[in-house]
This record gives sequence, C-alpha cells and structure tokens, in this order.
Amino acid sequence: MQLELVVNGQARADEVEPRLLLVHYLRDRCGLRAANVGCDTTSCGACTVLLNGRSVKSCTVLAVQAAGQQVTTAEGLAGPGGDLHPVQRAFREEHGLQCGFCTPGMVMAATGLLAENPHPTEAEVREGLEGNFCRCTGYHNIVRAVLAAGGTLDREVPA
Amino acid sequence: MSILGTRVLRTEDPRFLTTGGVYTEDLQLPGECHVFFVRSPIAHARIRSIDLSAARAAPGVIAAYTGADVADLPLLAPPMPHMVNGQMGQPLLARDVARFVGEPVAVVVTEQAYQGEDAAELVDTDYEPLPALVDPVQAGQPAATVLFPEAGTNVAATFGDPGALAGDLFDGCEVVVRRTIVNQRVAPAPMETRAAAAQWGEDGRLTAWIPNQGAQGTRDSLATMLGLDPAGVRIITPDVGGAFGAKFGADPEHGVVCWVARQLGRPARWTETRNENLIGMTHGRAQIQTVTIGGRRDGSVQAYRLEILQDAGAYPRFGAFLPALTILMCPGPYAIGRAEAVARSVVTNTTPVGAYRGAGRPEATAAVERAMDLFAAETGVDPAEVRRKNLLPRFSEPHTTSFGAVYDSGDYVAALDAALAAAGYADLRKEQEARRATGDPVQLGIGLACYVEITGPGMEAGGPKENATVEVHPDGSATILTGTSPHGQGHATVWAMLASDELGIPVDKITVRWGDTDLIPEGGGTGGSRSLQQGGAAVQQASRELIELARDRAAAHLEASPADLLFEAERSAFAVAGDPDAAVPLARLAETGQLLVRTIFSAPGPTFPFGTHVAVTDVDTETGKVALRRLITVDDAGTVINPLLAEGQRHGGIAQGAAQAFLEEVIYDADGNPLTATFADYPFLSATEVPSFELAGMETPTSYNPLGAKGIGEAGTIGATPAVQNAVIDALAHLGVRHIDMPASPQRVWRAVREAAAGKGA
Amino acid sequence: MIPAPFDYVAARSMQHALDLLADSPDDDAKLLAGGHSLLPMMKLRLAVPSVLIDIGRVGELAGIRVDGPDLVIGAVTCHADVASSELVRAEAPLLAHAASLVGDPQIRHRGTIGGSLAHADPAADLPMALVALGGLVEITGPDGVRSVAAGDFFVGFFETSLEPGELVSAVRVPRCPGVAWGYQKFVRRANDWAIVGVACVDGRIALANMGPVPLRARAAEQALAGGSPVASAAALAAEGTDPAEDIHADREYRQHLARVLTRRALEHQR
Repeated sequence: MQLELVVNGQARADEVEPRLLLVHYLRDRCGLRAANVGCDTTSCGACTVLLNGRSVKSCTVLAVQAAGQQVTTAEGLAGPGGDLHPVQRAFREEHGLQCGFCTPGMVMAATGLLAENPHPTEAEVREGLEGNFCRCTGYHNIVRAVLAAGGTLDREVPA
Repeated sequence: MSILGTRVLRTEDPRFLTTGGVYTEDLQLPGECHVFFVRSPIAHARIRSIDLSAARAAPGVIAAYTGADVADLPLLAPPMPHMVNGQMGQPLLARDVARFVGEPVAVVVTEQAYQGEDAAELVDTDYEPLPALVDPVQAGQPAATVLFPEAGTNVAATFGDPGALAGDLFDGCEVVVRRTIVNQRVAPAPMETRAAAAQWGEDGRLTAWIPNQGAQGTRDSLATMLGLDPAGVRIITPDVGGAFGAKFGADPEHGVVCWVARQLGRPARWTETRNENLIGMTHGRAQIQTVTIGGRRDGSVQAYRLEILQDAGAYPRFGAFLPALTILMCPGPYAIGRAEAVARSVVTNTTPVGAYRGAGRPEATAAVERAMDLFAAETGVDPAEVRRKNLLPRFSEPHTTSFGAVYDSGDYVAALDAALAAAGYADLRKEQEARRATGDPVQLGIGLACYVEITGPGMEAGGPKENATVEVHPDGSATILTGTSPHGQGHATVWAMLASDELGIPVDKITVRWGDTDLIPEGGGTGGSRSLQQGGAAVQQASRELIELARDRAAAHLEASPADLLFEAERSAFAVAGDPDAAVPLARLAETGQLLVRTIFSAPGPTFPFGTHVAVTDVDTETGKVALRRLITVDDAGTVINPLLAEGQRHGGIAQGAAQAFLEEVIYDADGNPLTATFADYPFLSATEVPSFELAGMETPTSYNPLGAKGIGEAGTIGATPAVQNAVIDALAHLGVRHIDMPASPQRVWRAVREAAAGKGA
Repeated sequence: MIPAPFDYVAARSMQHALDLLADSPDDDAKLLAGGHSLLPMMKLRLAVPSVLIDIGRVGELAGIRVDGPDLVIGAVTCHADVASSELVRAEAPLLAHAASLVGDPQIRHRGTIGGSLAHADPAADLPMALVALGGLVEITGPDGVRSVAAGDFFVGFFETSLEPGELVSAVRVPRCPGVAWGYQKFVRRANDWAIVGVACVDGRIALANMGPVPLRARAAEQALAGGSPVASAAALAAEGTDPAEDIHADREYRQHLARVLTRRALEHQR
C-alpha cells in the first residue's frame, strides 16, 4: 500500500507491505541505517527514533502507522553543516559510546527525554533511559552525557 | 607535553553519532539473498526426517538445505585438541541428532529478509526426543545420557587429577570451611547479534564480512570449516557492536552462510534475531565450584583447594578449556602456602559455553573471594583484615606462583587500602551497625573483592606479541595497520595517540586500519585484554623504528651525519643538532620512497593487572530486593594512555560483573528448554539498576613493554562480581546467612533470610 | 521477529472501525491502537490476525474530559498522556501514577489505555489500577454502548468480556481528588512487568500478577473496613489467591510479596 510521511524533514512516498516495521522502512527504504535492531521484544531501544517529536521504538511501530506524520532519526539531528547536535556533542565529550550500536537509539531517547524534562536529575536520567540497553558503557558516561546536555552535570554526578 | 595520559576524545565518534556505525547488517551486497536458520526446539532428539517441500514452495524461497547437504564438510572441532575430547565435534547443520535447543538443523534462503521467517515455519521436522542431560552434576553418573556415543563419556576435558589431591592439605588448620558454590551461566548478549555476509569471486576466493574479534582467527576458522586454504579467504571486519569474548573465530552459522553463497553463486547474508542470539551464541561462565579453605583463627589462610565442574554445553568450545585459566589464577593475589585445584568439563544438552569477559579468571576470583569471606565469617575476623593478612606483599620483580603464573608487578595491599579509603570503609561499618541495631528492614552490605588477573596470555597469536605497520605519507598524514580488532575500545584513537606522540603528526591526521585479512594477514585480534600492551606497544615500536629508518634519508637530505640529527616530535621534523633551521619535515622524507615500517612487538609474557572493588548494597530483608548503592574500585593496569577510555572500559566491565552478581542468569528447565531466551525474560542490566561508579586511580607499571601498560578490559568484570555478591551476603551476615548463590535474586535472598531465621543455618 | 503477513486498514471513525470488525470473521481481525501489546505478540507470531484495523487516530476515541462524577478517558489515549494529564493527576492520581510506570518512556508514548485493558495482562499496571479505582470500561459495539465494571471486565488470563465486533471506546474512572492512594510495583528492572503489584484507594485493594486476572484482596479490605490495623489487614492480602509460578517467583514468594506490598501500599499512601 501507499505510504506518505516526512522523514528528517523530507517528504516521502513509498509502496510498502503492511507488516513492514518502521525501523526497516527507515533502514532499507530510506537508507537511514543509524537506528539498529537489537532485540525482538521491544526491550532494548536501539531502534528509538522520534515520531512527532516523541521517542518511540520503531521496531514496534508499523511504517503504515506513521502515515502523514514526522519521523526524526539520529541522522536528522545534526546541523546542516554536519555540526553535532548538543546531545550528540555531549555524548562525544563524555565518552558516552563505545561500540556505537545502542548509540543512535540512546541519543534519540535522550533527545526525547530532554525535550520533556530539560534539566533532569541523575535518577530521572536513569529512569528516562530504562528502555535503552547498553552493554559497553555501564551507563555511567551515558548518564553524564545526558546531564551535560541538560546543563546539570556538575550538580549531579562526581567525575 | 606528551599527549599520552591525556583525555583525548575519540576520533571514531562523529561518524557513530551522526550516521551511525556500519555494522554487518548495514552492508548491502548487490544481488544478495537472505539466510534464515531453522533450529531445534528440543534439547536432545534424534532427527528422523526434515521435509523441506512446503518451505521450498513458499514465496521468495530460493533454496533450503539440511545437514545432509553439508555432510562433506568437517565437524567444527573442539579447541585445544590436545586437551579437549576430539570426538565431540559439531556439524554445521545437525545431521542425525540435535543436542541443544537452538542448534541449527536446516536453513532457508530467500530473496527478501522478511520471507525467511515465513518459510522457516513451513519446514517440517520430525524429532524423536531423547533423554536430555541438563544438570552437569549428572553428566558423570552411570545412568546419564551420553551425548556422543562414540566418545563413550560426557567428559570433554580434565585438568589436574582428582585422585592426586593431597589428603593432608588442611592438616594443622584450626578452621576449615568447605562449600559448593555456583558461578552461573550468563549470556554475553552484545547489542549487535551475530551476522555474516559472504560472496565468492570469479577467482574462487571467498570474501566474508563478519563481526569478529580477530579477522585472522576468523579467516582460519572459516577456512577449516569449509575445507579451504586460508589464502583463499578474505575477512573484512565491519564495525562490530560489542563482542565480550563471544565473537572469536567462527560459528557453524557463519560457515553455512559462506557455503550457501557458493552453492547459489550469489552473495548471501544473515543476521540472527535476539532470541537466536540468546540461545545460539556461546554462553559464559557455568562453573560449579567446591572451595575448601583452611587456616588459623587469627585469619591467616594456610591452605586452599578449588574443585571445578565446568558445564561445556552441547559441543565443547572455548568454555571447555577455560577451567585451565581458572586453575592458573586460583590463588589470586594471596600468599597461600598450600593450594591445589582440579577441574572437569562435561557436555550437557545446552548451548555451548565459550569465552565471556574475563574468560576463566572471574571464576577464579569469585571462588577465592567467596572463600575469603566464608573464612572471615568462620573466624570472626573482619573481611578486609583477612584479606590484608593474606595478600602477597608488594613486589616489583616478577613473582611466580605455585601454579606457574608469573605475576609481573603488584602492590595488592595498596590497592586494598586505596579502595577502602575511597569507600569510607569504617563509616560504612558504622552505618551497618546502626541499621542492625534498629532492625532496619533494609540492611546495608559491604562487599570486597581483591583480584589479580592475567592479560595478554598469547594463545591467539602464538605468543604474547602483535604486529603493527606505520606509514607516513608525503602529505603529512599517516596510516597505521594493526593486528588488533577493536569493537568499542577506541584503538583508532589510542593507536593514533601513540604514533602521534612519537612522530609529531596530529591525531586527526592518522588513520588506523584493522580487520581486513588481505591488508593485514596476521594478527591476534582483541580479547584477553591484550591490545594496548601488545598492539599499542607495536605501534609505538613501529613509530620509533620509522624514525630511525627516516634518519638516513634525513641525513642525506640535510647533508649531515645521522648521528648529528635530532628528531623533534613537536614539529615532526629532523634537525641538525645546534642548528634548528637546518631541518626537514618527516613527511618530506616520504617523497623519495615509501616511508613505512612493519614491526612485531613481543612481550616477555602476559601481565597481571590487579585491584580491589568495594560494593555497597541495600538489601530489603522483607522482599529480598537488592539495590546497588555504590561501587568503588581500584583497577591497576599499569600506565594509563587515555584515562577517558580506560575509565570507560572499567565502567562497562563493572556493570557486567555486577549484573552477574544480582541480576543475570541463563535458566533451563529440566527438559533443557531455555527460559530466558528474550530480553524480556533475560534480566539484562538497564541504567536504573546501577549507580554511577567511583573509580580510584592507581598505576603500577609493568616492565614488560615500554608503555608500562597492562590490560584493563576485563578487570572491572573480575572484581565487581564477587564484591557485589559478598556485599549482599554481608548485609545478612548478622542473621546467620553465610552464602547465597548468584544471582542474588529477590526470591533467593528472601529464602536465605527465612532459612537463617528458621535456624536452618545457611 | 517479523509478523506474519496481514492486511491493514486505517479506520476513519469509530463507526467505520465497527463496520470493519463486523465484516471480518471472529478472531481474524484485530484492532490496533498503539500496538504495544499486539505488535510484540505478532512479532513472536503468538498472534496472527489476517487484518489489522488501526483506530490509533480516530478522534472520537481520544481525549480526557470530566463527565459529572467521572473522568472519561478515550481508549486510544497513550500512557504518557494519561500520566501527564493535569486532569488525571488531580482527579485520579493513582491512574496517572500507574500509567507513568508502564514499560519505559518510548512504550508510554505509544501504548494506550484501551489497548492495555483489552490485552488484559494480569501483571500489567492499568488493569490493576482500574480495578482498585472501581472504574468502568465503556464498550461500543454494533448494538450500542455498554459499560462493564473493571472487576467484571477481566474474565480470564488475557481474556476480557469483549464480544466479537466490540471495541473498548473509553474508560470511566470515579473522580477521587484528595483521596489517599497507595501503589507498589515490585520489579527486578525498572521496565519489567510487576512480579507482584498492589494498588489501593478508597478501601479497595487490587493485586497484579496474583492470578489470571487482577484480583481484589477482599479479606484484607474487610479487615481494614472492620478497623484492623494495617499490618494485620495486609497479612490477609494473599487469601484466595492462586498465583502462577515462573522464573522470578514461586507461589509462596508471590503470596509473601502480596502481603508485604499491601502493607507498604497502605502505609505509604499519598
């Protein structure tokens, strides 16, 4: 069936089967491969993108459910010159990524979190990221990155 | 001012943060077909028949195959053939017998990815269930199912001789404690599951993209699997989304994907689901240990024995061999006068066990640290004091243990003191006392772990060595080729730092490459925490040798004697001593001919990082729930080249180690069905279960490489697990609890509290 | 991890959805709102409907409003909106709290109250919360609208009293501003389903994951109503329960948790 939606500000029209998951639509049809599939049970969050500005797990959204709506992926966060978005920059500065597989989803979840709660506490960051798994970092620097992006790092966490 | 020792941000990151890493699943091979595996749903069964007809007729199906189709390929042989029973090889696809839930039995190949699962459902397999052996303790019983009738035994390997254990080992000990404890099976669960993409060239060569921990080892494994000359195989390593020991070499599925590509004459690709990963990727740990510890009432330990039963899973992989490392490290950082250890690895109808962060050494530390606390409880001596009394005193000359491990340098008491100070140990004990006095339902536990571990042992590279190639280009940039294989550790940044420090070329002008066996035919990969001390040392060595190579060219260029030239790294140039204007940039010297050095760095042996972890837990005695409040660590891995990255390695290791202690566990039912085969059921650690960690710094250099560096990658895992386990038990010690097996799940903890209260003892 | 193939249609209105349901044979069409109960089942191929009727953007099924003594919440209202609604937080704070604990933020941005109730997972937050609140499930079908008390709506393990051709159109919750409520959700990880859950408000105590449906701890309620102290009443919380056993908890431990959590829910009301 026909699907029309806006991805990273660009209008798109594609022919899709109903069961196509949004994550696969983004990866395979739009060529936006930053979002990854890390599990089968809506647990890990590696596929997180923003749908109308709200974080969602794109593995559990059918592409057709996003018809007529706006999707933002990690690729859509950077500035026109490729400048890192503040959340992306914070992740780099705080070494909030190692293998990078969870990172785009983590960054999108963090971006969504900060949009709803701009200056979170450490506890709020940890709870806000409860739907995003990371095996490499132990979460320590990811939390620092989100606090830094929210301007509360020095207040919340010792180095 | 050297760049070494500074917090250089990773050069890898901008790409990962914006467009994302390029993992195997992200690659697209023109004309590719998709491979999907059919797996046994039964732990042990004779495969009577497999009917592919309905699957073959399904939409998009190109082909379907079973074990019969690949029967001419050799079995995947157990590692260490001189140590592990060679009659327990694994077919790439099961032939007559399936031996674990998840074992691949057939494969369907489709045009589109989604069609694979549809077609796989139509494969009709007729199984005749056989008795399943799930409990390793039963493996040696006469009535037990024998998994490999040709082998006639379920024993895959033995280490040491149980019959030769000294009957008088504990003679003269005032106190002896013996306990059987479990180091439970866990799932490595990297965020990227296993995958492969393969294509054969007109020249008959195979090119395979596989996430791995060492392309050279993967090439060799695949070549053996497919009966090929390794020269006919090229492995290219895409970005790898974590590995933790489970992506070394090749699994049967990788071989099948390559085989399919050749069969069909078109590229083939495969990415496993998380469910497949949790039952198909090798598991970790899975040891049952009996510890016996004896000594005097004053807390000094005189004797220690460790008896290990290793569950190897259905087909012996590296896990069957790991007890050898456990035995090697069994006395840990302690001076124990008499110690001995034996082990047996047995097969069971479960997922094969392989290496997992620490690979044999966490098991050793967990055992001796539990033993130390049991001994402390029995003697009534404070657990920190028991450790202090028994730790090897500081040494800077190599120290050989009775097990043959040569510890290169160590100051274990300093690590203990530093950790206790950072934790505020005395205050914590006061807080614990106060809560005990009021009968607070939430009790405080303080757990310790002192560890030493072996890094860079050299099994994967024929010795503790690594190669590096450094080339300086006329445009002032440089390229490094390394035999290591990073998957998150940041070698691209750190190797560039090392070369930059020598050559004066900025980090962002240095490209590091790895993982392509045509480009780098030899290498030991990344695992066993070997990379910096061998691979990084090789980069530094190559850089230094390059300067010496360039010196002659500079001398010719400047019409001076080589001995009169100084290399000034700050401006990346040779200058005549005393005449700074008579200088030539290093890059310029690349114009007359390639300026490149390939070198091999060899270490005298493995190194032994060490440390102490202190865990602080709140244990809710009414519900059994454990909350990890603080984790304070000292992890001394010698000289730290990039503190930002070293801390990251510690954080990740600590989290995984802690997760084993109170959260994660692979569970099978009595029939061998896995009960933790999704991320909803397997309690993978999330950000809400751990606090921010408190890392204290300590650097005791090694003399084994010019960097003074040991390996840091696994140390965090090794220390954290016993520290957290000991903390949980410590919280309940006043109630009479002496031991709780891992993971300290709420139900387990609650049961322990109840049993202690009922006076059954613990 | 990919659903089996199906047809999809986006309903334009509630009536359109009902017509589509009527046109499909039983169990072959499923309604899709947020999809965060249904799609995970379909991805594991535990549910294989041939048609999905998407009601996620049917306006009549959205919105939160006051209607006399009740709060009325449209079925496709997502958990995040229930949790952050000023109206719900003021009038039925227990419900807002329950919604704020479902899964994780991403799940709460998609999962809906109607979908959660229709899914009827006895371990879930919203079914338990609605039973504690004494709410009603408003059901619209070909013959019109009917309301079912929460306690009667959940009839079995993942089973409701919805008839074929019906859909959950709204949830009615008695307004109880200022009435003390308690909530305890026992989990190993923050985004897990409750191993055991307890919600209490206004003399009612509901339990999650203590049976095939959310249960009322009637013996404990009666003891409380009769003036028993909290601790004694809570000690009766597990009476009449027959909890299942799984990798997290056996029967005995679950019943123990029910007692402890009930006591804590009553002691720590807000």
